[in-house]
Amino acid sequence: MNTFFLDGARQRTPYRIVHVNAPAGAPEWHDWLHELGFIPGETVQLMARAAGGDPLVIRVGNSTFALRVAEAACIQITPLTQTTPA
Amino acid sequence: MKPAVVHVHPGGPLIALVGNPNCGKTALFNVLTGSRQKVANYAGVTVERKEGRYQKADGKLLRVLDLPGVYSLNPRSPDERVTVDVLMGRARGEKRPDRVVCVVDATNLRRNLRLVLAVKRLGLPMVVALNMTDLAARRGIHVDADALARELGVPVVRTVGVRKDGATDLRALLDAPPDSWRSAAPASAPHADHPSVSADHDAVQRILAGLGLDRHAPHTLSDRIDRVVLHPVFGMAILLAVLFLMFQAVFAWAEAPMGWIEAATGWLAGAATAVLPTGWMQSLLVDGVIAGVGGVLIFLPQILVLFFFILLLEESGYLPRAAFLLDRLMGSVGLSGRSFIPLLSSFACAIPGIMAARTISSPRDRLVTIMIAPLMTCSARLPVYALLIAAFIPSREVAGFELQGLVLFGLYVAGALSAAAIAWVAKQLTTGSLPRPLMMELPLYHWPTPRNVAIGLLQRAEIFLKRVGGIIFVLTLVMWLLASFPVPPAGSTAPAIETSLAGTLGRLLAVVFEPIGFNWQISIALVPGMAAREVAVSALGTVYALSASTADPAQALIPLIAHQWSLATALSLLTWFVFAPQCLSTLAVVKRETGSWRWVGVMAGYLFALAWTASFIVYRLAVTAGWG
Repeated sequence: MNTFFLDGARQRTPYRIVHVNAPAGAPEWHDWLHELGFIPGETVQLMARAAGGDPLVIRVGNSTFALRVAEAACIQITPLTQTTPA
Repeated sequence: MKPAVVHVHPGGPLIALVGNPNCGKTALFNVLTGSRQKVANYAGVTVERKEGRYQKADGKLLRVLDLPGVYSLNPRSPDERVTVDVLMGRARGEKRPDRVVCVVDATNLRRNLRLVLAVKRLGLPMVVALNMTDLAARRGIHVDADALARELGVPVVRTVGVRKDGATDLRALLDAPPDSWRSAAPASAPHADHPSVSADHDAVQRILAGLGLDRHAPHTLSDRIDRVVLHPVFGMAILLAVLFLMFQAVFAWAEAPMGWIEAATGWLAGAATAVLPTGWMQSLLVDGVIAGVGGVLIFLPQILVLFFFILLLEESGYLPRAAFLLDRLMGSVGLSGRSFIPLLSSFACAIPGIMAARTISSPRDRLVTIMIAPLMTCSARLPVYALLIAAFIPSREVAGFELQGLVLFGLYVAGALSAAAIAWVAKQLTTGSLPRPLMMELPLYHWPTPRNVAIGLLQRAEIFLKRVGGIIFVLTLVMWLLASFPVPPAGSTAPAIETSLAGTLGRLLAVVFEPIGFNWQISIALVPGMAAREVAVSALGTVYALSASTADPAQALIPLIAHQWSLATALSLLTWFVFAPQCLSTLAVVKRETGSWRWVGVMAGYLFALAWTASFIVYRLAVTAGWG
C-alpha cells in the first residue's frame, strides 16, 4: 500500500487516513487528533499552506483545521483511489 | 490547607448547554435567555461562567448554563476541563446539572454526534438540539430529526440559534416536565469512561449511513473566502487593514460620545457647585466623585468600539484565520498563533486578554501569554498618553503625518515590541520544550448576528461600569481624602496638599522616582494609578488643582504640567506607562489564573524593573539632549 504523511500531501487532493501516530514527546496528540476527527478511514485534504509552509489548512470530514507540519506529520495517509483495509 | 467551600445553589433546576466549539451554542443560549444573563467566573479558575434564566410558559424560571465548547470529554485546556467537571458534578461551587441540552451543528454531524454519544454515557436526562438547520438546508443537508432521535434514543429538536423564533421546539421541551426527557442511559456512574473515539466514530458513521447523510457537503463559499483571506500575501494585507481600521475606529468613532460624556460631567459638576455651599462636601463631590468617576467613564466608548470589532471578528470566524496567519511570526518568539486572540483583547484591557488565554492548551505558552499581556497598551493607558502628548508634543506635521498621532502609535509599537522581546527571552530560558500544538479549528464563515454582538457589548459595558462604580470610585475617594487631610495649620501659606498625607507619601516615594525625573506630585499620582491606571490622570488633577472647581481635570492639567514639568520628565513618564506595573485587578486575575503568588510577584517585579530602567535611560538621554 502506497502510504505517506499528510504534511507531504498534494494540495486539494483527497486522501484516506490510514493511521495516526504521536511523537515520542507528546503521546497525547494521538487522542487529540482522534477527537478532532483524524480517524483512520476518514477523508482528508490539504487545502493550503501558510507563507513559509507552516502551518497547514486541513479538511477532515466536514471540518477545517489549522495544523502545524509537525502535527500533520503524525497522520499517515494513502491516495483515495486505492482501497484500504480500514 | 484550603478553606472549605460553601456550596450555595440558587433554587430551580439547572440546565446545561454543551456542544462542540462553533456549533452556535452561545447564539442558542442568547435566544433562550435573552439579556437575562450573568457573566462571572467559575470558582477558582478564570473561565468565564455564563448563566442565564429561561422563563417557562408557566412563568417558572430555569437556570441555564452555557458551558465552554468541547470536542470530547477528555479535556485539553482549562476551559474544557470546566465543562467536563460540571457535567460530572465535580466542579467546585457548582451543582451537577439536572438536564443537558447537547447542541450539535447540523452541518457537521460526523464530529458533533461523537460528543453526543459521550455525553449520553454520563446518564443525565438529555435532549439534542439540532442547530444551524437553516445553514444545513442551504447546503442540501436535510436531517430527519425523528429518525435521528430513534437512533440516539434521546429527543431531538431542530433549532436555529440565529433566529429569534429558532428555538420553539426546544422551548416546548424545556416547558414540559423533566420526566418527559428520557434518561439517556441506564443510570451509569458519572465518570468519563468512554470506550474509544474510533468506536464512537463507527457508531456515528452507522447512524449517518442509516439517515442517508454519510456524504461530504462542499464548503464552497468559505473555501473561496479562505483562498483570499489565508493567502500568504493578500491575507496578510487584509489582516493589517483590519487591525488598522480597528485602531482608527477606536479613536474616530469614540470621539463624539466621549465629548457627550465630557459635557455631561461638566454640566453635573457645574450644577453641583452651584447647588452645594462651598466646603468639604462640595469639594468631595465635585473634585472627588464627579471629576474622578467622569474621568474614567469617558473611556467607555473606546472600550466598546474595540470590543465591537473583537466580537465581529470572533462571530464571523475571522479570528482563528488571523491566528493562522500570524502563527509563524509568533513562533519566532516562541509563541503560537493561539496567543494572538488573548493579546489582541489585551489592547482593550489585560483582564479579558488574560482570561482569553485559557483557550491555549500548552501551559508554557499560556503562562508566557499571560505575562506579556500587560505590555499590550490597554485602553486605560490612553488617558495618560493623551494628557502627556497634548501637553508636550507640538501639534505639527512630520512627513505628512500628525506628530502627536505618530508618538501615540510609537508608544503602542513600543509595547508590542517589548512583549515580543520578553517572549523571546522566555523562549531562551525554556529551551528543550516540547513541540507545542496548534490544532485549531477554522469554522465556516458566517454573518455576525446583531443580537449576539449587542448582548456581548452590553456585558462588556456592565463589567466596565461595575468597575467604575466599585474600585475606581473607592480609589477616587481615598485619593481625595489623602490629598485633603490633615488640613494645614493656621497661617500656613503653602498649598493645602503639601501638608496632607498625600504630600508626605509623595515625598517619600519621590526618593525612588527622583532618578527618573518624577516630582512628588507624579509619584503620589502613581499610587492610585497602580490600582487602576486611568486614575493616575484624575489623581494628578486632584493633586494639582484640588481647590479649583473644574469639571475635567485633564483639561486644566494640560497647561499646568506643560508649564511645570520638563520635556525630559514627560518623556520619562510616557516611557513609564509603556511598561507601567499593571493594575491590581490584573494582578488579581493573574493570581487566580496561575494559582500562585510567585507569578504575580514575577510579573510585578519584572514590569517595575523594566519601567524604571527604561524611564531612567529615556530621562538621562533627554536631559543630556538639553530637554531637562
